[in-house]
Amino acid sequence: MEVLLSVEDLHVRFETYAGTVYAVNGMTFDIRRGEMFGLVGESGCGKSVTGLSIVGMVPPGGRITSGRILLDGSDICTMGKRELRDLRGRRISMVFQDPARSLNPVFTVGNQTVLVIRQHLLLTPEQARRRALEMFAAVALPDPERIFRSYPHELSGGMQQRIMIAIALSCGAELLIADEPTTALDVTIQAQILTLLAELRQVKGVSILLITHNLGVVAETCDRVGVAYAGRIVELGDTEDVLFRSKHPYSQGLLAALPRPMTRKSSLSSIPGSVPDGLTFLPGCPFYERCRFAMPVCGEKPPPLLEVGEPGSNQRAACYLYSPEGQG
Amino acid sequence: MNDHPLVEVRGLSVHFVSAGGLFRRQVRRVRAVDDVNLKIYPQETLGVVGETGCGKTTLGRAILRLVKPTAGQVLFDGQDILKFDPERLRTHRRHMQIVFQSPHMSFDSRFNILNLVAEPLQTHTGLRGEALLKRVMELLEQSGIPGDILYRYPHEFSGGQLQRIAIARALALNPRFLVLDEPTSALDVSVQAQIINLLQRLQGELTLTYLFITHDLSIIQHISDRVAVMYLGKVVELSKTEDIFYGNGLHPYTQALLASAPMVHPGARRERILLQGGVPDPANPPPGCAFHPRCPFAMEICGRVGPRPVDAGAGHLVACHLVEGQETT
Amino acid sequence: MASELANREALPQVPLPGRVEKRTARIRELSLMLAALRRDPLAIASLAVILAFVLGAILAPLLTPYPEQGRGDPNLLEKFKPPSSEHPLGTDYLGRDVLARLLFGARVSLSMGLLVVLIAVLVGTPLGAIAGYYGGWLDNLLMRITDMFLAFPSLLLAMAIAAALGPSFTNAMIAIALTWWPWYTRVVRAQVLSLREQYFIEAARSIGVKDFTIIRRHVLPNVMTPVMVQATMDLGSAILTGAAISFIGLGVQPPTPEWGSMISDGRIYFIERPWFAGSAGTAIFLATLSFNLLGDALRDALDPRTRRIIK
Repeated sequence: MEVLLSVEDLHVRFETYAGTVYAVNGMTFDIRRGEMFGLVGESGCGKSVTGLSIVGMVPPGGRITSGRILLDGSDICTMGKRELRDLRGRRISMVFQDPARSLNPVFTVGNQTVLVIRQHLLLTPEQARRRALEMFAAVALPDPERIFRSYPHELSGGMQQRIMIAIALSCGAELLIADEPTTALDVTIQAQILTLLAELRQVKGVSILLITHNLGVVAETCDRVGVAYAGRIVELGDTEDVLFRSKHPYSQGLLAALPRPMTRKSSLSSIPGSVPDGLTFLPGCPFYERCRFAMPVCGEKPPPLLEVGEPGSNQRAACYLYSPEGQG
Repeated sequence: MNDHPLVEVRGLSVHFVSAGGLFRRQVRRVRAVDDVNLKIYPQETLGVVGETGCGKTTLGRAILRLVKPTAGQVLFDGQDILKFDPERLRTHRRHMQIVFQSPHMSFDSRFNILNLVAEPLQTHTGLRGEALLKRVMELLEQSGIPGDILYRYPHEFSGGQLQRIAIARALALNPRFLVLDEPTSALDVSVQAQIINLLQRLQGELTLTYLFITHDLSIIQHISDRVAVMYLGKVVELSKTEDIFYGNGLHPYTQALLASAPMVHPGARRERILLQGGVPDPANPPPGCAFHPRCPFAMEICGRVGPRPVDAGAGHLVACHLVEGQETT
Repeated sequence: MASELANREALPQVPLPGRVEKRTARIRELSLMLAALRRDPLAIASLAVILAFVLGAILAPLLTPYPEQGRGDPNLLEKFKPPSSEHPLGTDYLGRDVLARLLFGARVSLSMGLLVVLIAVLVGTPLGAIAGYYGGWLDNLLMRITDMFLAFPSLLLAMAIAAALGPSFTNAMIAIALTWWPWYTRVVRAQVLSLREQYFIEAARSIGVKDFTIIRRHVLPNVMTPVMVQATMDLGSAILTGAAISFIGLGVQPPTPEWGSMISDGRIYFIERPWFAGSAGTAIFLATLSFNLLGDALRDALDPRTRRIIK
């Protein structure tokens, strides 16, 4: 499959009074056309910052210090304001966690949708309105006309999120970044939204970068997964491989800590220690301090993503256990 | 499991009434908890699960009388605490405690850890000075926190550490009953595991009874002995964990819930029972069975008559006309 | 148990044991507070100005060679002298050294502002806390009383009191304080209402802490930050209001110096001889501005979270 977006060795830093926060440290992965890619990790792993960096919206105080984000050959990191504005909505769109906070409460949702459409596409108000209604139907909203005239607070969380998705895809974006899109929603609604995203991927051929901390969501919807830890990708590959044949000690530890039917009432395995706070620059593998298999080389330089698992499986893990040095 | 429940809830209702509109004519009555009956036996963990608006959080608080119930009884060791006068209630609180969802917000950020954990002891016991210090350190150690962080402030700790401190504080007076209101929802997966392990260990060591409230099905099935599924203020199903999770729930909502919850499972892309629409407004519940508009098996009677809980065998309670076997009025 | 301890998360580094740790924690918070203030150049400047005024007021007799003139004795031979080396700010219409008047006037103006705010805070805060925490009929009653007092414009009330009791410093202060305390009740009540929903208040109730103790230990300290910020800013406004009342002649009576009455006295001569009204006006302006800026900086410094943030 063709590569749509490629994140190469991205580094993002924040300057605070407490010191420099190394939020993203060498994040590398790519997203193919028409696939659903899951970027999964716990808090502080840099997944949200990465998502925001892709659309050129690094939070205030942050800076991309190195790396490239390539979309069809152009590097997003070097784009100016104008190019970024054209990019957002037309080529890459983003949907956030809490739809109620993304929608303006004093305008009808139809109004807001049309506003976005006319920003990017040269359509008359009537054409834009029709397109908005088409999009509302595409996200399975019942009675699009009525919803068009409604205000955000009149709609449920699930509907609001569908509208956000509709707005995001209204101008023909090729990549949709969804940052914890269902975390604020109920489980049954979450199921609806995830099914919707999967359908849209099929029907419209849009690629989706799903950022989440929920491994279950990733298991059920994503084609490929990247496991992030302390600003780097530690494991990458097809979902089945990464979740059921995980090779990196962190991924393994994370999956083992999940309560599952088999674990009923027994003690859950957990990873000793805690996630690094990002204030100290870690010279080697970020998981070094907590890893059962740590070797001296792990503390010295960060391991590259190495091929693991079945040959030809695309599964990679950033761990010296799989390098010639580690296996020696 | 013996026959005498530690906590028994009978016909508990918590309705929030607010008057709105131009001349305060329009009354909104939110039936947060509606006629709930539960028994919680000593040393068991009763899990309560449901989505937004189901009333599980309000139920937990009502049982502790942190919100005022509109009707019903809450029997603790056979005595109705809803009838206690304020002073008796206050002293009784030492037997029943709560751990909240957000560790950062459960603490007054101006107090240091020592004062925070000592507060229950200062309120109900005569412990002071050195003895108080020692007891606080004991409690912290019990929760897996070294006692030498007494003078630090909450904002210096992570969510998981704070939750341990919250548990230490809740156990300060040796309560018998603990309400855990989504204690791990704000935590990362690896930390969540640590806290769950801690809670299970403490339950054994201190013979505690838990009411565990959460929306996360994987946690509920791991930690609970019995599970109550709530929808719009009512308990729709109540049974042993194995019956619901492995036998598949009997109530259509339970089935849909189980099918919707994303789990990490080989071959996980299974058939979903996708429900249409969303949870209705609790102030305006549908007539009859509150679930009937979304139920794939709804019958005519479901829109008229609310189902009463029925024992489907071995204490497995279900509130559904399908199970009642009644198809005619 | 051993495996449980091993599975524990890493905890913050703790180098010092026991009591010393307590002192270091306090010191750390205090130093962060001071550091936050030090970072803000406006805060430092306003603090300097305020300090100058306060010291000037306290040490007034020592800072001027004309203390009696400061207190009011006229010196008619030196009327209307412009600023010079003997009289840095010139003399007023009765020949009194303006700088001396200003310094002695500072005593009156600043103490007026301070007392007004003090009374307002001491009366308004507990009322607001009680209203907010208990709600119900008590809240209603207190808020209606508050609204009643809020309806009075301070100047009109001062006039009424002056008419009834005669104009004086004390009466002016009472009048202003009576119109000021409701603001604090309102602010505190709003804070308490939002605070009441916080988990930690619910936690205190679930522990069985008595209501009154909850208000005293948890509610009031947490509302004190906005109250202190508001009070600091109000000091400036109170000084201004006190000056306004004296300006119309209802507060301090001559010959006692006060910045407001100095403006009023010097008003008619302002165009040709601006120095005495002008310096009083500038003093009021600087004092009010400084208190405002200080209040702003204080707001950020007092919150343990914001004092760590870079602006």
